[in-house]
Amino acid sequence: MNDTVGIVIVSHSPDIAKGTADMVRQMVGSEVKVAFCGGNPEGGLGTNVALIIDAINSAWSPRGVAVLVDLGGAETNSEMAVEMLQPERRNLVVVCNAPIVEGAVMAATEAAGGSSLEQVRAVAEELSAG
Amino acid sequence: MSLEPETLKTLIRAAAEQVIASAPQLTALDQAIGDGDHGANMKRGFEAVLGKLDMIGMQPLDEAFKTIGKTLVMTVGGASGPLYGSFFLAVGDALRSKRLPDDLADVFGCGVGAVSARGRSQAGEKTMLDVLYPVLETLKAEASRPDLIERVRATASESVARTVPMQATKGRASFLGARSIGHIDPGAQSSCVLLHAVCDTLEAQQ
Repeated sequence: MNDTVGIVIVSHSPDIAKGTADMVRQMVGSEVKVAFCGGNPEGGLGTNVALIIDAINSAWSPRGVAVLVDLGGAETNSEMAVEMLQPERRNLVVVCNAPIVEGAVMAATEAAGGSSLEQVRAVAEELSAG
Repeated sequence: MSLEPETLKTLIRAAAEQVIASAPQLTALDQAIGDGDHGANMKRGFEAVLGKLDMIGMQPLDEAFKTIGKTLVMTVGGASGPLYGSFFLAVGDALRSKRLPDDLADVFGCGVGAVSARGRSQAGEKTMLDVLYPVLETLKAEASRPDLIERVRATASESVARTVPMQATKGRASFLGARSIGHIDPGAQSSCVLLHAVCDTLEAQQ
């Protein structure tokens, strides 16, 4: 299980984050580590750097972690979270430029096949290449 | 301008209180062209900074700015957290080798550069940078003028007004395209509130 890239889902909404993770698990199974978080530090709509750091660490794999985000603040806060990880982990996390639900499912499917972090990211980002 | 611990605490308290008082206005501006959370997010972040004020006052200046930055990053909850957080973190970094007041423009410029890098944004895109860059220019060009504080305050106000006719190409407001024209940018306004609070406090101490 540690041989696949981990997936982290970051939404402004805890419900969307959880729902997306549910879809990934149903479609891809449990061989890929998936973590999710949503909501601001008060529990309202928004994102929370501390929770994102926890999610990345909980989905951690030596192959790396791909982060899927919804809107602006989720992306900015995820980038901030990556910079606040332990130094040796920072270069093994990518924030994907992809739609959150489709991107998470595609990334997890690719990860389940044993692909590298760059391949996982490329497959997710193809979705926004149009 | 010296920056003794008590001065720093007074400045931070004034800036935080002004942002918190402006929260309804920031939210109203953000409801027009964003997602309406800027006031609440900034209020939460600066309330957290106020809660650490005594600790911040005991730290060396560079560490103090880093604490402010980290607190904003961890508590704001919107894109403005990492943006304002990066400003204060970069200012803290800069203060390890640079000194106030001599290097003020340099130090401020490091903060502005960090905001630009974090947001992958430039001037003219209807963001907080449209206040920060003009103020940086004023700090560089007019550093020796006796009325520098007044010039900074005026630059900040004029720069906010100039965001009204701009079309947003970064951030949530960019989804609106041409409909973002005709509104003040909420991030530009919050930057102006912070800068005015600092200017007013420094002036009162002179």
